[in-house]
Amino acid sequence: MQRNILEYLEQTAPRFPDKTAFANEKSGMTFQEVLDASRNIGTCLARKGYAKEPVVIYMKKHPHMITAFWGVVYSGCFYVPMDEEMPEYRIGLIFENLHPRVVICDDFTAPKVREMAEFDGEILMYDEAAAYPSDDGVLAGIRRRSIDTDPVYIVFTSGSTGIPKGVVGCHRAVIDYVESLTEVLHVTEDSVFANQTPLYFDACLKELFSTLKYGATTYLVPKQLFMFPVKLVEFLNEYKINTVCWVVSALTMISSMKTFDKVVPQYLHTVAFGSEVFPIKQFNLWRKTLPDARFINLYGPTEATGMSCYYEVDREFEDTEAIPIGRPFKNTEIILLDKDDKVPPQGEPGEMCIRGTALTLGYYNNDEKTDEVFVQNPLNKSYHELIYRTGDIGKLNERGELVFISRKDYQIKHMGHRIELGEIEVHVNMIEGIRGACCIYDKETEKIILFYVGDTEVKDLVTALKKKLPRYMIPNNVYALEQMPLTANGKTDRVKLKEINDEKKRRK
Amino acid sequence: MEALMEILENLHPEIDFNTCDTLIDDNLIDSFDIVTIISEINEEYDVVIPAEEIVPENFNSAKALYALIQKLEDE
Repeated sequence: MQRNILEYLEQTAPRFPDKTAFANEKSGMTFQEVLDASRNIGTCLARKGYAKEPVVIYMKKHPHMITAFWGVVYSGCFYVPMDEEMPEYRIGLIFENLHPRVVICDDFTAPKVREMAEFDGEILMYDEAAAYPSDDGVLAGIRRRSIDTDPVYIVFTSGSTGIPKGVVGCHRAVIDYVESLTEVLHVTEDSVFANQTPLYFDACLKELFSTLKYGATTYLVPKQLFMFPVKLVEFLNEYKINTVCWVVSALTMISSMKTFDKVVPQYLHTVAFGSEVFPIKQFNLWRKTLPDARFINLYGPTEATGMSCYYEVDREFEDTEAIPIGRPFKNTEIILLDKDDKVPPQGEPGEMCIRGTALTLGYYNNDEKTDEVFVQNPLNKSYHELIYRTGDIGKLNERGELVFISRKDYQIKHMGHRIELGEIEVHVNMIEGIRGACCIYDKETEKIILFYVGDTEVKDLVTALKKKLPRYMIPNNVYALEQMPLTANGKTDRVKLKEINDEKKRRK
Repeated sequence: MEALMEILENLHPEIDFNTCDTLIDDNLIDSFDIVTIISEINEEYDVVIPAEEIVPENFNSAKALYALIQKLEDE
């Protein structure tokens, strides 16, 4: 039985030593090169005394960064990928949670880490670690002592208290996920992926592990291309991309700009999408353009190792319908629970709760938050069994397919990113001169709207916020108010704020 | 030009669109901004920016963007 994710790489490299595994538009690495470099990195870290601890990987998006992931796993540690564009302040918050002793850097990021006051550990250069001579005995010893519930990675997600939460994924859960996902996607050695999602989230596991398991190839798409739809489709054609797993907003960017009148993806046969609801009008443009392609809706939280449910589109949808999220992957169950923790009658809404091996280990150094959502299955009073409460409300349709309805809190999905509106508010409130703040999400225009009370100008507020939050969390419209509207019991009146926003939209 | 400046300044109050000509090259605007700009130009000027004109050169500055709008208005 497979116990370690590295077995994928070790079984594939001898079959396809000279085939490109991971590449960008400039350079690529073969499976043999990935294997050799990651064994070197693993030995280097182990010899330096790092074991069973988080190793931060802070690099520009590049095949080297992916290789560093596997290098860290070889050392028996777990990798923590960081966003190269993340504001220093937020990196500081994450470091306070992790207390990392070592950070793997490239030339671009090393100077930034050197300047960080919070960090006094080792800066290990990728090039140096990748050239370190590997030692079979050291690596074999680490493997012998590792078990499949050991962590593989930590990825950070938005937290409503203002502090990001680190989700810990383990070997067993990743293997469980990869086996089911690749079966659904029909991945083979001929699959050619174009990666869109950042490497610092779990979303990229889809391409990375499919590539390792089957000897497929993944191209990292330059981020800028997602602004220029014709160039993006030309990229897909140039590299003969046949499979994509993208957030919906990346796909609708192409279809809504009438790109298909000019250029059409020639090789694409599998389009998996997720993280957001696909507007049917846009979806139908895709389907009309690629009538023979398979379209698969994926749904799942980071806390259950990526994706938990899938639905392969098998019928026509009207503009008013929603594409279902379908049914759970093998070896995963989704339970619907109402507010009394009972299963609601067929067709009635409930919170989607996930049961199965794919559950992650919870949040790093944060028992309190972990215990809030990783809880004993309330339907089982007899033995220990954890479920993950997603906070997503869903129901079963008349065909028995799961359908996403809404969130039960203030978490949103914006441009494919999962964001707690509370996290934005916390940071606005910390800016000097601000007396109150509240964010709402305008689903119609897909904008984050911030209302605030205070003496700070909008311009200064946005500038200050950019130093604290990643770009995708910066509000799209910011309005100053004389005072915050309150409900009868003294809470911020979000309904009233929504009305103010609607009024502002009308006046435009 | 005034209406265009308002669209841009609403999106990014912290950028000086009078002088900046590296909006794309320096990653100052992202794909969400591009989508918003295109849809608001469509509403304001009643021109549709065709896919082949959505290229870095046309989005690097307010000036370039306005020249594109004028070109499309003339067509």
